[in-house]
Amino acid sequence: MTVELQNVWKKYGGQTSVKDVSLHLEPGKIYGLIGPNGSGKSTTLKMMTGLVYPNAGEITISGERVTRRICSKVAYLTELDMFYHAFTVEKMMAFYASQFSDFDVEKAHVLLKEMKLDPKKKIKKLSKGNRGRLKLVLALSRKTPVLLLDEPFSGLDPMVRESIVKSLISYIDFDEQTVVIATHEIDEIEPLLDEVIIIFEGEVVGQTHVENLREEEGISVLEWFKSIMAQKERKVEDV
Amino acid sequence: MTKDYQVSKPIYIQIADTIAYRIVRGEMLPGEKLPSVREMAVESSVNPNTIQRTYSEMERMGIVETKRGQGTFVTDNEEVLDDLKGKLQNDIIHVFVKSMEELGMTEEEMIHGLKCFLGRDRDDR
Repeated sequence: MTVELQNVWKKYGGQTSVKDVSLHLEPGKIYGLIGPNGSGKSTTLKMMTGLVYPNAGEITISGERVTRRICSKVAYLTELDMFYHAFTVEKMMAFYASQFSDFDVEKAHVLLKEMKLDPKKKIKKLSKGNRGRLKLVLALSRKTPVLLLDEPFSGLDPMVRESIVKSLISYIDFDEQTVVIATHEIDEIEPLLDEVIIIFEGEVVGQTHVENLREEEGISVLEWFKSIMAQKERKVEDV
Repeated sequence: MTKDYQVSKPIYIQIADTIAYRIVRGEMLPGEKLPSVREMAVESSVNPNTIQRTYSEMERMGIVETKRGQGTFVTDNEEVLDDLKGKLQNDIIHVFVKSMEELGMTEEEMIHGLKCFLGRDRDDR
């Protein structure tokens, strides 16, 4: 489904976190949302899930205005550790299935096996890498038109990252899903992305097709990101 | 397949190059079915849209054929495959000659150098 942000603003107290952001995100594509810490990536994702409301502007998903009830259409992987530690993996899955009617238990079990997670194990006994894997299993097992992943790779070792990238490719529904991945791991996900969006100090300062960048300018996303950041920092210094 | 892609070239072309190499080396035979878009995407750790573009591009070049509902196949047109082999060979020679020119080598020196190398290489085997 198409996700549309129109002149969206978000302030926390006196601080402006997102400034006049407009985005048009299409189904069948994977978008990378990149930017330094505190640039507004997570806030932007949270607004798409209806967890946080904008102060101004409008967010719609296939024409429907986003409220908390949009969660039936949006699967969201938070950067935070959001599990009940006393639960087993299995119980956590059952809880998800009870909360989301689109949760595909069968798919979740297939994914668990692929990620080599033991369903009987308690969550507090899982390593950080395995908790990261479990988060992804839960997000990918929902059949939603929009999938938002906030830092799915953070703190995970290269092997886990690789397995996460492969599961993403295997299980995203490319005919219908719109996927947004906010991350610092630019190199890691570049081959996975259709488009990349740079956010800096709450503003969208760049958006492009990954392959065009290579074809027309012969540079990678990371190089493009660095060049844009360098321009921005120079401007900041001038002021 | 390698996960490291060159920066200066679109990924879809790099994957097409790899497939072309496999075909020329005989690792993929004329008429053989290519992995599905999704399988190839997982294998190469890239977006399936990229693979779709790879296959379309290769189809445009006549190297592969997509049969509706069946998948994508390496062409069995010998002429196309011979051309492909010639093209890959040319590409390599082009890079070689260009690098030698940059070193200031003359044509004779290049040929001499190549002959010496091949002679030595043969003795080693």
